[in-house]
Amino acid sequence: MYQILKKRRLSSNVVLLVIDAPYVAKKAEPGQFIILRVDAEGERIPLTISEYDREKGTITIVVQEVGATTIKLGQMEEGDCLHDFVGPLGIASELEGYKRAAVVGGGLGCAIAYPQAKKLHELGCKVDLIAGFKNTDAIILEDEMRAASTNLYVMTDDGSNGNKGFVTTKLQELLEAGEKYDVVIAIGPMIMMKFVSETTRPFGVKTIVSMNTIMVDGTGMCGGCRLTVGGETKFACVDGPDFDGHQVDFDEAMRRAAIYKPQEQAARDHQCNLMKMEVK
Amino acid sequence: MANMSPVKNPIPEQDPNVRNKNFLEVSLGYDEATAVNEAERCLNCKHRPCVGGCPVNVQIPDFISLIKEGKFLEANAKIKETSSLPAVCGRVCPQESQCESKCVRGIKGEPVAIGRLERFAADYAMAHPTGDPVEVPESNGHKVAVVGAGPAGLTCAGDLAAKGYDVTVFEVLHTAGGVLMYGIPEFRLPKAIVQKEIDTLKAKGVKFVLNFVVGRTETIDDLFAEGYEAIFVGSGAGLPNFMRVPGEGYNGVYSANEYLTRVNLMKAYKEDSDTPIYHAKKVAVFGGGNVAMDAARCAKRMGAEDVYIVYRRSEAELPARAEEVHHAKEEGIIFKLLAAPIEVLGDEDFHVKGVRIQNMELGEPDESGRRRPVPIEGSTDVLDVDAVIVAIGTSPNPLIRTTTPGLDTNRKGCIVADEDGATSKPGVFAGGDTVTGAATVILAMGAGKKAAAAMDEYIQNKK
Repeated sequence: MYQILKKRRLSSNVVLLVIDAPYVAKKAEPGQFIILRVDAEGERIPLTISEYDREKGTITIVVQEVGATTIKLGQMEEGDCLHDFVGPLGIASELEGYKRAAVVGGGLGCAIAYPQAKKLHELGCKVDLIAGFKNTDAIILEDEMRAASTNLYVMTDDGSNGNKGFVTTKLQELLEAGEKYDVVIAIGPMIMMKFVSETTRPFGVKTIVSMNTIMVDGTGMCGGCRLTVGGETKFACVDGPDFDGHQVDFDEAMRRAAIYKPQEQAARDHQCNLMKMEVK
Repeated sequence: MANMSPVKNPIPEQDPNVRNKNFLEVSLGYDEATAVNEAERCLNCKHRPCVGGCPVNVQIPDFISLIKEGKFLEANAKIKETSSLPAVCGRVCPQESQCESKCVRGIKGEPVAIGRLERFAADYAMAHPTGDPVEVPESNGHKVAVVGAGPAGLTCAGDLAAKGYDVTVFEVLHTAGGVLMYGIPEFRLPKAIVQKEIDTLKAKGVKFVLNFVVGRTETIDDLFAEGYEAIFVGSGAGLPNFMRVPGEGYNGVYSANEYLTRVNLMKAYKEDSDTPIYHAKKVAVFGGGNVAMDAARCAKRMGAEDVYIVYRRSEAELPARAEEVHHAKEEGIIFKLLAAPIEVLGDEDFHVKGVRIQNMELGEPDESGRRRPVPIEGSTDVLDVDAVIVAIGTSPNPLIRTTTPGLDTNRKGCIVADEDGATSKPGVFAGGDTVTGAATVILAMGAGKKAAAAMDEYIQNKK
């Protein structure tokens, strides 16, 4: 069993959980992910590792409460245990050897983007971190992001923090102003990663995206995470999750990611009804 | 006096039109009287050809003689001397091409129903627990690791534990059992039976570490550093192959591994399961092996009206067991033979709406000796389906290969191992699908068994 040692609410529907998982923490690197199950009957969900502490044997994950399982996770408290927690899975991000990088995070993706920025920063790379959120209320981890970057740009879709625009608006602006990045790393919703890749393409800047596809086992068995990269079938769980953003077929990946939307909605409604009953 | 009936005692089964709507076991098993009657068909021949046909050398005439005498528990114990999973083998072994193919009674009539008798003995023993504590062998002080809790790993672990080794099995999934749990469906192999076999191993002292990915959580070399003296790798078949035809990226195209895992391991067949799955009305399954049959029969049970097996050769070449093909047909699976899928068609929402197939005919024999299917020029059809399940085999998982220096793999990426399971890396043994590519449960068990003996010899010689 894997105990929740710490829980911190980052926004109305985002929680940060520190999990006791020494085996996973021993080898975890930025860019890798874990798969967890909340209880013995639960589904397996993949989540990218936000932070790890080898000495304490802990893994930090950040969860947005959007589906039946993540809602259950959000309701768990410190001291509760997860039934299963396996990892680290996937290939670690390559972060060495860069002098100038832009890290782009979208919403929850910022929880994974900022540790990457931090690691780059520690390796002596100058990092521009561009973080995008729906509105001011959705902003998470702003202090951590500031500490992990040379320049931090926080954008909101509605402009409620005074910086209206998408992450691509800011990225375009920086590229046009002549910033020469060795690499752009984009982590967030697929649609955001697609447009970041489209933004950098004309500038010929290497662009790495972290593909959060649907998975079942996450270890190279089921093939549910497959995507097309440069015309070839790849598996996010063992070939990724990082891929060259200019080669990924995002349209296909986004369609595949949406296949269970109707069922997820039904499961969520069921869950919400259960919660209402508990309140009564 | 032997029972000279030329045919096997039939095994009672659920009615096809009832069972194709439920996940209960298809085959119901012999009762005691039928088992004794069938056992009496065995001539107890001196040269015992059946034993040679068994990859794990079950002493077949001996256990059958015990059934004849009504000593059912003793019969099970006899099987267990060489096979760690009798209730599993009795159900999923291809007996018709192994033990039963060598049976003398098969020359004039049907062979003795060895598989059904094995299943009977194992089920009888499970239903009549003696209450005696499981004998835990005396420790020999040596620590060994097994990677993967599938049929190869479980067999290897069982044999090593019996010799007194301290055995730890590392499994990536949250459940031990491998393909017996995630792949083979409940209606062919009830999961409670697999769990009982695993519990028996635990009682014998085998330790199971779940949620542990060898190659990621730790490497093979890490395990050696922790004091494991020899390591068996039975990590299974790996990543699913796809057809590489246009349209495989449409929603509604599953690999058989994913479809079966969702249904079996993740229990999507239960109404209250959290696991989402697409409930298709019409399904095309590509491939003609046992996995294809399992996928087709699951799809039918999940509510599909029409389920097609699409296979490019003819019925005679179907790689699936005859019994599986027979069961599938009884349940209403439609066989589109001499048909090669050439394109998956999608609708405006990018969901599968059909499959274009190229009709084939059999030409000259190829290297495998089977007649080669050749396209009939200009003859194509469209199957109207809303889901596709691709069951055309797997390619090896890269996790161990890429993280274990000194471990040789072949061109395809399978681990290279000799007859006894020894690999190019001292102390590392391998067997099952990770060596052979996708094959059967019993061949994996045979490999696990041979490797256990070789590991014992390796450790004893090292002293």
